[in-house]
Amino acid sequence: MSSQDIPEENLPVAQAEGADLDKHGDNPFADPGLPPHEHRIQDIDERAAKRSERTVAFLFTLSMLATIGFIASYVALPVDKSVYIWPLGHISALNFALGTTLGVALFCIGAGAVHWARTLMSDEEIADERHPIEASPEVKAKVLADFKQGAKESAIGRRKLIRNTMFGALTLVPLSGVVLLRDLGPLPEDKLRHTLWAKGKLLVNQNTNEPLRPEDVAVGSLTFAKPEGLEEHDHDFQTQIAKAALMIVRIAPEDIKDKQELEWSHEGIVAYSKICTHVGCPISLYEQQTHHVLCPCHQSTFDLTDGARVIFGPAGHALPQLRIGVNEEGYLEALGDFEEPVGPAFWERG
Amino acid sequence: MSTTTASTDSKRKAPAGERVADWADGRLGIYSLAKANMRKIFPDHWSFMLGEICLYSFIIIILTGVYLTLFFHPSMNEVEYHGSYVPLQGQLMSEAFNSTMHISFDVRGGLLIRQIHHWAALIFVAAMLVHMMRVFFTGAFRKPREVNWLFGFLLLVLGMFTGFTGYSLPDDLLSGTGVRFMQGAVLSVPVVGTYLSMFLFGGEFPGGDFVARFYSVHILLLPGIMLGLVVAHLILVFYHKHTQFAGPGKTNKNVVGMPLLPVYMAKAGGFFFLVFGVIAVVSAIATINPIWSIGPYRPDQVSTGAQPDWYMGFSEGLIRVMPGWEINLWGHTLVLGVFIPLIIFPLVLVTIAVWPFIESWVTGDKREHHILDRPRNAPTRTAFGVAWLTWYFVLLIGGGNDLWATHFHLSINAITWFVRIAFFVAPVLAFIITKRICLGLQRRDKDKVLHGRESGIIKRLPHGEFIEVHEPLSQEQLHTLTAHEQHKPLELGPTVDENGVERKVKGSQKLKAKLSQGMYGEDNQIPKPTVEEYKEITSGHGHH
Repeated sequence: MSSQDIPEENLPVAQAEGADLDKHGDNPFADPGLPPHEHRIQDIDERAAKRSERTVAFLFTLSMLATIGFIASYVALPVDKSVYIWPLGHISALNFALGTTLGVALFCIGAGAVHWARTLMSDEEIADERHPIEASPEVKAKVLADFKQGAKESAIGRRKLIRNTMFGALTLVPLSGVVLLRDLGPLPEDKLRHTLWAKGKLLVNQNTNEPLRPEDVAVGSLTFAKPEGLEEHDHDFQTQIAKAALMIVRIAPEDIKDKQELEWSHEGIVAYSKICTHVGCPISLYEQQTHHVLCPCHQSTFDLTDGARVIFGPAGHALPQLRIGVNEEGYLEALGDFEEPVGPAFWERG
Repeated sequence: MSTTTASTDSKRKAPAGERVADWADGRLGIYSLAKANMRKIFPDHWSFMLGEICLYSFIIIILTGVYLTLFFHPSMNEVEYHGSYVPLQGQLMSEAFNSTMHISFDVRGGLLIRQIHHWAALIFVAAMLVHMMRVFFTGAFRKPREVNWLFGFLLLVLGMFTGFTGYSLPDDLLSGTGVRFMQGAVLSVPVVGTYLSMFLFGGEFPGGDFVARFYSVHILLLPGIMLGLVVAHLILVFYHKHTQFAGPGKTNKNVVGMPLLPVYMAKAGGFFFLVFGVIAVVSAIATINPIWSIGPYRPDQVSTGAQPDWYMGFSEGLIRVMPGWEINLWGHTLVLGVFIPLIIFPLVLVTIAVWPFIESWVTGDKREHHILDRPRNAPTRTAFGVAWLTWYFVLLIGGGNDLWATHFHLSINAITWFVRIAFFVAPVLAFIITKRICLGLQRRDKDKVLHGRESGIIKRLPHGEFIEVHEPLSQEQLHTLTAHEQHKPLELGPTVDENGVERKVKGSQKLKAKLSQGMYGEDNQIPKPTVEEYKEITSGHGHH
């Protein structure tokens, strides 16, 4: 027991207990006791007390008026009216009126009550005794005896078979609840490894909803694309675009440092996953001169001229690249799915 | 006969209020309850109202939250917007976002209630943190209040998660990005990460379930637990009686202040209205979470300067400054760059929560403490608290590194490196500096006690010397400045016993002695003035 390790005399002596000198009036640090009560002006001057009373009543009245103002604004102001209020600018008239009147109505009740308490209610300090939280030894002994008696009468200590099977049953029964959670979702399987991209799927411009041709992608522009066939109204659009979102840039082929990147590109047009490999934010900032892209959430920065490797920030690996080409009609198409999972890393990613 | 008449008499005379109270007493025993509590004494100090702000903002959140549930649709079904906000007309969005737009633009007063709800949530968590710091720095967590400290700590943690699940409900672009971040962090958990993510979202992210699931967590599960904890917290405050600062007439065995009825009823009750009033005015003039300009969530879209609500900022800092370590072995990936921050996140919180137990282990103090410490009189504890706060704020800076960079024209690279280094160094510096300041203040107190207060009056003595006149303190002030307790450092004692046999000292004992020396050793607290010192100095040697 750690308590035994500390000798009693190590504990400090409380001021009041140690200062036995003060009985002789000899201890200058002794507790002089509660200071005498000092009267407020309201305690001795009835006119001041009346003034306080009027102040409190005024605040409560103001609150009533503000509530009436609240109801009046609710009825009178149209919900879409906007007003110019300096220095706030153009704001919703109704919101402003309701909020300020409600605020004043509430605040004045509070201010009135506090003013009342501070100036008119008795401010004489009262001392109350504290009692130890711990029970007295007698109470403790009684409780322990009662407990022993109860335990003995139940025979839980003697009839071990009952005790053990009961613990067993109580341990097992929550398992039903755990099992029931199984259908919260499907197993991961290889869902995170696949996207909608597949061989021959056209790259569709997110803005125009038209398939992209190489000549649509100019140097210095950042184009977002989705796989053909995925429409905003599809019921799983959000889930699909969360993996399939693509960004396309054109880089002068001689500027591309990574050999595989060049092979997977088409005339310097490269397609990378838009989903950051850190925790999955969409990357949306593009620096035209350096071909760096930046995720605005946590500032991971990737170099698109060098296999989209991480050059700054907390991301752990490069952005996956989509292999693209051009079909007979001259449209950009995917030459397969991403070869590695897009988005944040996970245990099974490998 | 006469007694019957008397009782019927008194029944006839009793006013209506008393009769109602009698009725209730016969069934609920309210008189016994009121006997102990109606004139309960509460000590007065401005810092004691911080907890009240927490309680009142919590009540405000519940009231406004119930109102919001009347209009909010926790569904992720995609609908086209046809409300009165023109710029979003025809946009696809979830029903959650659509109904939040409806509350903001078409329900009269809906925007106000939404903004009160959100502002009150920010204030609630902030007030809990500040209240917790008040309790920490004054040592109010000591016996018998350790359990209440834990209740309060749990409320803070639950408050953060209730806030997170709450601001994710509108399914706007900003909060959706936050949910995505959370999902990415869950994925980083070794072995089970992908399973957790699938179970949490009912499949792949974002799927169509999480708003409804967050909704029941946000409005039922977490607030239900919190309400229970708040009630328990308050019952314990009543049961323990409130702590007080040392002062004349205030001892460890009494509680000095004003009675609940009428003074605290009026002050605390009034304060609820003050808090509510201020939050209402703030919500009238300051927009919060303008989802209409943020837009509905799309996993492939994002805005710059994305920030979580402030209380999640430190976790954001952790994830932003962590290097992107990934280990690939035997076909598996250990995503340390995300998983380590995910582990440190709760550790940051737990670090402050365990202090009371470390302190009581080191002191071995089993007595009740109802007199608060002034922070300077517990230098190590105060220094630890400031170090923790420094740690927390360094991470907050990391969480907003992009905003710091754009607002102060700094390099984001430099800020990230600053946070990485400061994460380790700043708490240590804060600890050393705070401790020195505390010790300096202790010395000043000692000086004041022994030599009196500097009066600012310069006196010239007959022989030409100038001295400043020091006014002696009153006995009240002397008592207040010397009332604190000072622990003695723990000594391990000789390592060999009287027979020269080596005494075994457990490692835990050595650690305890070391910590004790660090907290109460020679250079770690200034011995408070003794009566003898005082008498020696004041016994007519004139000046000094």
